[in-house]
Amino acid sequence: MRLVARPNRNSPLRDAMMPVAAVAASLLICAVLILLAGANPLTAFGIMAKAAFWGKFALTETLARAAPLILSGLAALVALRTRFWNIGGEGQIIVGAMAAAWVGALTSLPTPLLIPFMLIGAALAGAALAAVPASLKTRLGVDEVVSTLMLNFIVMYLMQALLSGPWKDPVTGWTNSPSILRAAEFPVFWKGTRLHLGVLVAFLAVGVVGVIMKRTTLGLSMKIVGENPRAARHAGLDVTRVTLAAALLSGALAGLAGAGEIGGIQFQVIASISSGYGYAGIVVAMLARLSAAGIIPAALFIAAITTGADEMSRQTGVPFFIADAMQGICLIAVLVAMTLSRYQIRFRTSPERRATP
Amino acid sequence: MSIVDLVLDTGFFAAAVRLAIPLLFGTLSELTAERSGVLNLGIEGMMLSGALAGFGTASATGSLWLGVLAAIAIGMTIGAVMAVLVVNLRLDQTVTGLGVSLAATGLVFYSYRLGFGESSTPPSITPFSTIPLPFLSDIPVIGQVFFNQYALTYVAYLLVPALAFFLYRTPAGLSLRTVGENPQAAAAAGIDPIRARILALVVAGGLAGLAGAYLNLAAFGSFTFGIVSGRGWICLALVVLGRWNPIACAAAAVLFGAVDAFQLRLQASGAVDLPYQLFLALPYAATLVAMILNAKRAVGPAALMQPYDAEHR
Repeated sequence: MRLVARPNRNSPLRDAMMPVAAVAASLLICAVLILLAGANPLTAFGIMAKAAFWGKFALTETLARAAPLILSGLAALVALRTRFWNIGGEGQIIVGAMAAAWVGALTSLPTPLLIPFMLIGAALAGAALAAVPASLKTRLGVDEVVSTLMLNFIVMYLMQALLSGPWKDPVTGWTNSPSILRAAEFPVFWKGTRLHLGVLVAFLAVGVVGVIMKRTTLGLSMKIVGENPRAARHAGLDVTRVTLAAALLSGALAGLAGAGEIGGIQFQVIASISSGYGYAGIVVAMLARLSAAGIIPAALFIAAITTGADEMSRQTGVPFFIADAMQGICLIAVLVAMTLSRYQIRFRTSPERRATP
Repeated sequence: MSIVDLVLDTGFFAAAVRLAIPLLFGTLSELTAERSGVLNLGIEGMMLSGALAGFGTASATGSLWLGVLAAIAIGMTIGAVMAVLVVNLRLDQTVTGLGVSLAATGLVFYSYRLGFGESSTPPSITPFSTIPLPFLSDIPVIGQVFFNQYALTYVAYLLVPALAFFLYRTPAGLSLRTVGENPQAAAAAGIDPIRARILALVVAGGLAGLAGAYLNLAAFGSFTFGIVSGRGWICLALVVLGRWNPIACAAAAVLFGAVDAFQLRLQASGAVDLPYQLFLALPYAATLVAMILNAKRAVGPAALMQPYDAEHR
């Protein structure tokens, strides 16, 4: 089996269809899984789609759930574009959430400053955490794949330690942090829904990251460093600084995702404050083919799967974990589709094997 | 009870060895893949799949050894899938590995719910019992620590020198290392880098599955969703700490087994009044610190994470 480059490598239509094909392939695989669980896949997908998009409540819930995925997707996009393998989104979301919850409960702060400071604090916390693996990589050459993964676990357990220690409710013994102040709760744009300020922040961030990546020197430098660090160095780019900048931006975006969960959804830190949003962000970024514009539909799709799977599981008894499996399958499918849009597969022995006696 | 007393008995060291073995299997698995030039981030998913396949088979057939075989088989299967993706299709190793782990985790949880339902008491099996080796287990201290263990532990002991011998003393081992350092040169010398990497990933998958099986067939006796919880990722770090050498990697695994055993003891003793989650963070923090201290000396295979394209020389 070998890959042969397709003659016309640049086909915008084929590139645009590719994530669609990947999603279709993953739906097909999930249909088999649903069959194995003894349910009808068409009915199951119908329930999922209805639960995710039908009506005001469903639609706004999906949008609210898409917000952290958009921000986490953007965080992954910035990092992956620069080839800084930030798999630490999960930890950066958690520290963002902790910072937002801490600021949001401060009674000493003037009320109008609460929400802006929560957002800034969360972004700073996320960026600070991302700065650790970034500087370890640029200074000492410590592999960031492993260091960001380790930091995810360290941060997760530190948060749990805080929740069952200093943050524990002294009266009820609940392991949730103190609630943020009423004035720190994000405003909601549509009464009776959870369409909160954080959703707007997420959509604005898409625009900001799009402009940074396409229209600024920093964005261009990140792309060059990502594609060819040696060429970047020859072109006089400060690879260390560009990598650090990308890591800080990536961490800040992930931190903002945590702020949204605190200010708009939970109003306190709970142990499951980020249940896999960090890893899901990588799925979103790849489904979007690392383009800022693609992040929104990709995040909506992943959000729809999780909101839809909840309801579908309740009605049909198909385990909810189908949503987790689907994310991973989607990620693999989109990577395969990306390759297949540029290469054809030929099944035969490779040329050098025939050459050797 | 002081902290020193916690670690000064054979029970502690025996626990350290017990907790080190899954890490040891996992580390040798990752080492095999990385020596061929493939970073295997799918290891976390492979270990979890091995854990469920081993547990499911053992509880269905009543045979622990059939469970072990099933775990190896599922690991090898996922290794083969990973090989098609990153070796044949040349997909990005980091993102693909993550995808394999995410998909495998989702599929394992899904299958567990299908197979075992949502019972409040998790099903359990009678795990392997320890087998004291004749004569060796009579050695004072060392005997009880190292030679009164599970059969799979003895397999792990043998695997370390076996892998070291294979890598450094056999032609096939040299080929594998060459493919990891310079696949173009390997191809010029008549080695097929594609085939070598596929084989390495399949073997790595089998070892990762075995690591998973050990967790519930020997160590815990039941399957929980958190049974692997990052142990696969720790193995990635242990390979760096062991500088891609089987003997040093084994030492790193034993050291981290000790850290794990220490945090369990500290938790149980109540000697320190801190939330137990701080102790759970200890192995990960220790890994990170060790990686920082070891940074300058850790140089991996030169072609690690680089896909091999036969047409480009």
